[in-house]
Amino acid sequence: MVTGVAASDRRAAVQQSLSVAAATGLYAVSFGALAVSAGLDLPQTAALSLLMFSGGSQFAFIGVLGAGGAAASAVATAGLLGARNGLYGPLVSPFLRVRGWRRAAAAQVTIDESTAVSTAQPTPEAARTAFWWTGVGIFVLWNVFTVAGALLGDALGDPRRYGLDAAAAAAFLALLWPRLGARVARVVAALGMAVALVLTPLVPSGLPVLAAAVVAIAVGWLRGPDEPSAAAEPEVGS
Amino acid sequence: MSEHALTWLAVLAAGAVCFAIKMIGHLVPEHWLAEPRIARTSSLVTVALLAALVGVQAFGSGPGLAIDARLPALAVAALALALRAPFIVVVVAAAAVAATLRALGMP
Repeated sequence: MVTGVAASDRRAAVQQSLSVAAATGLYAVSFGALAVSAGLDLPQTAALSLLMFSGGSQFAFIGVLGAGGAAASAVATAGLLGARNGLYGPLVSPFLRVRGWRRAAAAQVTIDESTAVSTAQPTPEAARTAFWWTGVGIFVLWNVFTVAGALLGDALGDPRRYGLDAAAAAAFLALLWPRLGARVARVVAALGMAVALVLTPLVPSGLPVLAAAVVAIAVGWLRGPDEPSAAAEPEVGS
Repeated sequence: MSEHALTWLAVLAAGAVCFAIKMIGHLVPEHWLAEPRIARTSSLVTVALLAALVGVQAFGSGPGLAIDARLPALAVAALALALRAPFIVVVVAAAAVAATLRALGMP
């Protein structure tokens, strides 16, 4: 039955979205704690999560300020690391089909996780469901846990003690895993990780991840159109 | 300008820049996206970004690289994924491994 299939697709999408939202949202505890120890006050820390809402950019921003860097280079670094979110819009806008304030809301929650979970869905309906549940779910939890981390920072101690940095790496790996079916995807993943790691000690944070995206664009652009269309059409995760 | 006001200015400017970048991505004309080469490229971009994020999260340490408790945690996560564990189990297992190893003295 068509509606039964659609409903179960949507249920699976909601479950994946909530798992991702919980794991990612909790990580904001460490952002809140680190932002306060980098010298920001509570309203500034909360404003960063509300307005910037992009984990990589936020960590880079407080990293530059905390290391005594200039405000302008903190803004530039956050923008560079956030540049990848600009690449995600074209991936999600075709199935979202939103206008006006809903488009602005969709743009604000267009991040790694909402893009990855939604584009991994089997139907446009399930993709829409996954985008909003993941995006809004992370937005709510990320902001709540940012404030919690900022308030409890000293009491929590080093967030690494709880393995939250490893949890974030594992979350990205789990999002990547179902996309590695095609050979070209595995090659691009290996190249992207290698480029990012080689550049990490050499250039400001944010640029290594962007460089990996440029590698993918180069590979996608140079591949002949006659090759099998194996551009990592992901299978649905469990 | 006081340092506090300057920090506020940076927070607001960076927030505006990051939102504008996201919005521009949503305003790309749809007929550009119909081009097969762009469709092919966009899914590879997601793969490369996620792989880069795995690498940077697992090995990045301040301005450099480090091998520490995150590596065995990531190996456990990969094993859990190979065994088709649910997402949340993968993430919690990695956090638990890293937290346990650090409690035992591993960096």
